[in-house]
Amino acid sequence: MKIEISRGKVHNAFAQKVEEISGQNLFACYQCGNCTAGCPVSFAMDLGPHQVIRYSLLGLEEEVLECNTFWMCASCLQCTSRCPKGLDIARIMEAIRLVILRRKERLDRLEVAELSDEFLERIPQIALISGFRKFTS
Amino acid sequence: MDRDRSSLRERHMEFLYFPGCTLNTKAQNLDEAGRGCAKVLGFELKELSNWTCCGATFPLAKDDIMALAPPARLLARAKEEGSTLTTLCSVCFNVIKRTNQLIKGDEEKREKINTFIEMNYQGDVQVLHYLEILKREVGFDTMKGALKRNLQGMKVAPFYGCMLLRPFEEMEFDDKEAPKIFEEFLDAINCEPVDFPYKIECCGAFQSVGAPEVAVECAYAILNSALRNGAEAVTTTCPLCQFNIDNMQREIHQRYNGFPGIPIIYFTQLLGVALGLPVETLEFHRNDVDPRPLLKKKGLL
Repeated sequence: MKIEISRGKVHNAFAQKVEEISGQNLFACYQCGNCTAGCPVSFAMDLGPHQVIRYSLLGLEEEVLECNTFWMCASCLQCTSRCPKGLDIARIMEAIRLVILRRKERLDRLEVAELSDEFLERIPQIALISGFRKFTS
Repeated sequence: MDRDRSSLRERHMEFLYFPGCTLNTKAQNLDEAGRGCAKVLGFELKELSNWTCCGATFPLAKDDIMALAPPARLLARAKEEGSTLTTLCSVCFNVIKRTNQLIKGDEEKREKINTFIEMNYQGDVQVLHYLEILKREVGFDTMKGALKRNLQGMKVAPFYGCMLLRPFEEMEFDDKEAPKIFEEFLDAINCEPVDFPYKIECCGAFQSVGAPEVAVECAYAILNSALRNGAEAVTTTCPLCQFNIDNMQREIHQRYNGFPGIPIIYFTQLLGVALGLPVETLEFHRNDVDPRPLLKKKGLL
């Protein structure tokens, strides 16, 4: 895909919001791909975490928000622990989740009312509560 | 300090203990065995009064102060009742320890949190994991002296998961890529620790709620790796890991023909067996893959 790069584009409002919520400097990323290589759930992701960072800086907000990468992230911090630039990538994924969950439409990833009784009976609180924290507004 | 066997009975150590929600219900096997072993090893877990859920996730957004209130309140209460706070659950340990580090190091957030919870906490409680008590306060050597059953020859893969270790600068628990406290623990109770490349991988965590099919793959990769390296059982410290790699073996069987299954045993249950606790107090009926046939085969039941 052909993308025109401009100063305005790389400093776009979406990327700035992600930086603000995560407290991370997206420009520090030099695309080594260590995060994606070590990610235990990257096999299920549309884009690798390093791609999500680059897409954000290229102003591809829609592509980022439509991919499943940040919903798949399990906040295991493997990427954070291995990033040679010291970026806390798990915080970046959390920030993108929150860009969506904090919208007034409250588009939750998880519909709590749809969880079956059988599932609720089976699953421990620890999974439910952390799931609610990550997937609901 | 010389910590020989005879000193076990004379020493009386008390640690303030935060069980957490899941240990009160589905993970009673982790909790009961932990309390039982503590008594044998000469320390008492005194339950924190009026405890609540820790929140089960440390908030990763810099502006999410609200999610810090529950763990901060727990710590402030712990300060009123003692100087340390111990957990068995890795997730609780992570949330509470990280919150404590944040309160200690960030004056602005400390003030905000204290104003919100209407308490005055400065971050001066020491947050401990049960394994740290075993290693530093009891001592693995002392533990060895208290063993009643011989687990020799039992090949156990120690599964650390994420939350005990990461982020390692804040958790200050063990090496980030090659931790060894779990191996030392297994050595001390005569098990044979099985090294496997997935020991610090993620079990899928809360994806068992968000994307269960992904969590199943994570669990399968971990268990397959443990099996291929010769493990007869896997041991954990975390009820979330335990659920994902124990309970979800049902789904693994459906997806992978020929997956043999493997029992997942909480480390406190293994310790309980080694210390000679009555097997019925270790609540093995709560483990989804029953570890009792393996224990029987090893002549331990």
